[in-house]
Amino acid sequence: MNKDVAIIGVGQTAFVRSYPGAVREMVFEAFAEAVRDAGITPREIGASLVCSAPEYDKQRSPAGMVAEYLGLNPQPTFVLENICASGTTGVRVAYSLIKAGLHDIVAVIGFQKMSELSSAESQERMGRGADIMWEAPFGTMMPAYYAMHARAHFAKYGTTEEDLALVRVKASRYGALNDRAVFRKEVTKEQCLSAGVVASPLKVYDCCANADGASCLILANAVRAKEISEKPVWILGLGAASASMNLTGRDSLEGLEVTRLAAREAYQMAGLSPRDIDVAEVHDCFTIAELLAYEDLGFAEPGKGTDLLRAGETQIGGRIPVNVDGGLLSKGHPIGATGGSQVRTIVLQLRGEAGPMQVPGAEVGLVQNIGGVGIYSNVIILGR
Amino acid sequence: MGFEKFGHKSYTALTKVAGFVDRLVQGELFATRCSGCGRIYFPPRADCAGCLGSAMQWEKIPEKGKLVSFTRVNYAPAGFEADVPYTLALVDFGEVKVFGRLGSTVAEDEIKVGMELKPLVVTLPDGQLTYEFVLGNHKA
Repeated sequence: MNKDVAIIGVGQTAFVRSYPGAVREMVFEAFAEAVRDAGITPREIGASLVCSAPEYDKQRSPAGMVAEYLGLNPQPTFVLENICASGTTGVRVAYSLIKAGLHDIVAVIGFQKMSELSSAESQERMGRGADIMWEAPFGTMMPAYYAMHARAHFAKYGTTEEDLALVRVKASRYGALNDRAVFRKEVTKEQCLSAGVVASPLKVYDCCANADGASCLILANAVRAKEISEKPVWILGLGAASASMNLTGRDSLEGLEVTRLAAREAYQMAGLSPRDIDVAEVHDCFTIAELLAYEDLGFAEPGKGTDLLRAGETQIGGRIPVNVDGGLLSKGHPIGATGGSQVRTIVLQLRGEAGPMQVPGAEVGLVQNIGGVGIYSNVIILGR
Repeated sequence: MGFEKFGHKSYTALTKVAGFVDRLVQGELFATRCSGCGRIYFPPRADCAGCLGSAMQWEKIPEKGKLVSFTRVNYAPAGFEADVPYTLALVDFGEVKVFGRLGSTVAEDEIKVGMELKPLVVTLPDGQLTYEFVLGNHKA
């Protein structure tokens, strides 16, 4: 079992519609929480990796500003960007910096302040997270792409809009328990099914909420982690992959090949299989994305994700609880902060500190974080 | 003609495959095929990622394709508000898949994954050129 790099501190702001302060102040909240959680001082941090999607930022090169405000000069700092997967790409790079021996302790800081743009403006920017020469000229946006994945899954496997509603009902139940979530109301299946259509078959409640927020993870090598932390959470496996940005380059739309590849790599590195996972955080930017993840991560056979869902097996008490913090759907999705927040959730689960969302006895957890519509995927397996 | 003429709203002006637009003017939709290794590409490319060659030939997209998936968009990104609702689609033409919009002549309740469609080049009211997918028996 790989126990070379551990997560020793986690922090995140509440995800909110509009953060009442500047980006640097929002980031500070998450950072201070993570540093206190780790029980270190900023001086001990060897480098900071700043994860953010730059099209939403007014500040150019935000790593410079973030490192200054957090007191992380003169240590090296830089920005990492994989759109929505930026945060877990930060974990991957931090892992390699530590493993290479360049730094003992690295901070992975993610943020996005999306409230400075209108919803249509942010959809236009997200649409340009696909092929701007050949797709964006048709008026594309993220819900439309995932809607096409949903329609393909419906056609091949008989999945229904009711199945998608079940994903949202589950997310909303846990979002209501999470004091860091932007959407804290429970919604019913009927509410989901009667909501306005955004891009058929996806309706309003099938889509995650844009939010402002920041997250921070502190990673350390084995020697420092054991010195500092009573409950280090180890990175057991990492996998990453990319796929054609343009949908025309995908073999099929019923799943995301990029996740299947990343998952295979992560399971192999950890020496574990899908059956060994006690709790998972998957990238449910849309309800259909969670269903695809069940299948792509091997929790269910292709086309059988709905069986798992309908039987309640992805709730607490089920075989593999998924997104029991409300997921992106209810917790919110501040692009650069999302991956760090997913990892934080699993770290708290494995430490037994997840409060009302705790999965009893969770020892091994998995995070799947997607960038764009299956362009990038990171899968991380964590253990006590 | 420049590539800025392509689509409802183009984000790119200069490309080595701007000949795509000249062919749209002629009413035809083309892919590119690598003269070196024979790989075919849609969207068209100036360069082959398979053999790293840059000698490409234009090749017409076949008349018969199958609908892979679609979505009816009710809420548009900035710049496309006037177009809603519209239907985005991915169509499989055998060797290549093509992404675009479904023509408004295809009735919403007729749309089914697997249905046969053909490409049709259209000139938009503002003079922009694009293509859409229509029923096989569509008469221009």
